[in-house]
Amino acid sequence: MIDWMKYRWLYLLISGTVILTGLFSLFKWGLQIGIEFKGGTLIEYQLGKNEDQSVFENIVKTNGVQFISVQKTSTGSYILNLGQVSSDQRQKILTSLKTKAGTATELQFKTIGPTVGSELVKKTLYALIIAASGILLWVAIQFKSFKFGISAVLAMIHDSLVTVGMYSLFGHFFGAQVDLLFVTALLTILSFSVHDTIIVYDRIRESKKNYGESLYDLANKATSQTMVRSLNNTFVLVFMMVALLLLGGETIRWFVATLLVGSISGAYSSPFVAVSILVTWDEIQKKFKKH
Amino acid sequence: MFWTPIKKFILIIVLVLAAIYVCLPKNFSILGKKITRPDLNLKIAGFTLQRSFDTHLGLDLAGGSQLVFQADMSKISVDKQATALDSVKNVIETRVNLFGISEPTVETSVFEGKDQIIVELPGISDTQQAISLIGQTAQLGFYEIKEIPATKTASASAKPVATNLTGADLQSARVVFDSQTGKPEVSLQFTTDGGNKFADITGRNVGKPLPIVLDNNVIEEPVVQEKITGGTAQITGSFTTDAAKQLAIQLNAGALPVPVNLIQETTVGATLGALSIKESILAGIVGAAMVCLFMILAYGKLGIIADIGLFIFSVITIALYKLIPVTVTLPGIAGFMLSVGMALDGNILIFERFKEEKTKHEYHQALEIAFGRAWNSIRDAYAATLITCFVLANPFDWSFLNTSGPIRGFAITLALGIFISLFSGIFVSRNLLRVFVKERKQK
Repeated sequence: MIDWMKYRWLYLLISGTVILTGLFSLFKWGLQIGIEFKGGTLIEYQLGKNEDQSVFENIVKTNGVQFISVQKTSTGSYILNLGQVSSDQRQKILTSLKTKAGTATELQFKTIGPTVGSELVKKTLYALIIAASGILLWVAIQFKSFKFGISAVLAMIHDSLVTVGMYSLFGHFFGAQVDLLFVTALLTILSFSVHDTIIVYDRIRESKKNYGESLYDLANKATSQTMVRSLNNTFVLVFMMVALLLLGGETIRWFVATLLVGSISGAYSSPFVAVSILVTWDEIQKKFKKH
Repeated sequence: MFWTPIKKFILIIVLVLAAIYVCLPKNFSILGKKITRPDLNLKIAGFTLQRSFDTHLGLDLAGGSQLVFQADMSKISVDKQATALDSVKNVIETRVNLFGISEPTVETSVFEGKDQIIVELPGISDTQQAISLIGQTAQLGFYEIKEIPATKTASASAKPVATNLTGADLQSARVVFDSQTGKPEVSLQFTTDGGNKFADITGRNVGKPLPIVLDNNVIEEPVVQEKITGGTAQITGSFTTDAAKQLAIQLNAGALPVPVNLIQETTVGATLGALSIKESILAGIVGAAMVCLFMILAYGKLGIIADIGLFIFSVITIALYKLIPVTVTLPGIAGFMLSVGMALDGNILIFERFKEEKTKHEYHQALEIAFGRAWNSIRDAYAATLITCFVLANPFDWSFLNTSGPIRGFAITLALGIFISLFSGIFVSRNLLRVFVKERKQK
């Protein structure tokens, strides 16, 4: 049997590197906050011919609207990120674009008032708190142990840090924005993280009943027993998510990317973070008992 | 046991055939033959069961617009705000219904003292008209000009004063066209009471102007020729046909008790929605094909059983989307894809367990043990995801949680996927395997 728990320093190194990279990006570049949280307008246009950023910027600014960014999609349409747009300004921009590019159609229009954001932040926080405490409670009841519960929650925090950090990088390099979908993905990742942890815990619990070995050996055994399942399941999720990422279009691209990062992190963190912490905790506890 | 694996197997087949029937598109062709699938229309002992078997698409896939208005309650006392919001909702509902938009939804939401009305209009991409139709207070008033006699400081002047005749006195309003100019006008029919008021007002104002005011703007200032007793009036104004139609709708639906402001708009054109559907279907097929292949490579014959299980999972899921019905949104499709992953996770857990148990027990027994033991893990692990789904779907409409349609779509499809995958992973795969194993034994 492989002595997984012997290499805990390696897991710490891997997790540490990923999380620190993410935190670095988070502090240096922050997150690109989307219009759902800060207010603003998103318009997607299909144009008769290709135009440069400066063209959009000019037209938008002439009409007295704040210009933030423009992005070309894989299907050749343009997504504009703007400040507040009145319906009059909206018409004028469309007309100007028509004159410039021959034809112009609005594929999508989304505008959110500046006051909506704070409301959404609160609702999001409530959702996070309720979901996280519900999950914690469930683990605590199922495994009747504080140690198991806390380790699972630490793994959950690990996965959230990895995801948020990576998203900050996506935001800086590819313009991924924090929106409602990102929050949804984050909540889903919390549950996926615990899902995987429970499966490893479950094997520890089962073996404990039968043999009564040390937690170190139980953890190694459970990790070996669930490793293939964990890998195969991650493959399945990766196949589904990568297909959706590459072919599924612009709207849910970053949502899917977040889920992908999160589910890989969730599968990794179960044996290598949750169980590692559990074993380390147990060792420290025993040392104190001896003295 | 009464239900032998073979009987369960037949039950599964019947169920799957029924699900496939529901899944089929309404019109399709096989070998050049056009077939129309009839919808469910059952009459049993006086009960009528009717279902159309159509997929309900969200605004992001079907195209359409979501408008969020905030009601300005500053002039309404706190105890009357709930009633006012309700009546705003009713008026807006009547307006969109009269406008002829199919399947609109109007909902209200109150969060930390903010009263909002969320209007969803499928198939509408030109929202400007819709916004002005919904958002206008439409407070109609008839004013009369009061002479103010000259004083020491000011010369004689005239001031418009509101009369007691308002939009509330209307029985109906409709668009008519002037027989001479062909211009659109709005014809008003007053209630009996309103007709009497109108007669009084016109009677005392002969020869004087009688301004008609909509939301504090004078739309017309006709001069009264004689007392009008018929209880009808015409607003000629200078309308376009659309504007006249809109005003008639607003007057018929009644005025909004409080002003509303548009604070959020999400509009997706039908072309973008159609593109999203096409992309999602392609992604789904490619993803599923890769996963199926992977399962066969990893588990051989067992993988084939898992793939069959996955197919059954998919048709049952899609059939339920249509039957419940679940509104399918883009995030909802991602939720479906994730639940496919979870469905296979159930299978993978069982197969891995089976590999382990096979070394200790004989084939048939190992299978039963694997199912029994893996079930504990699956149940505990799925519960964690269901907790999150519950928070995201917000089934009790708690105002402190989100009510966004796409997010709910995601949570509902994921939760549904988990329940169905329990059924397909445990019941379907298990019985398929039992039948499969039996045949192996007989050889």
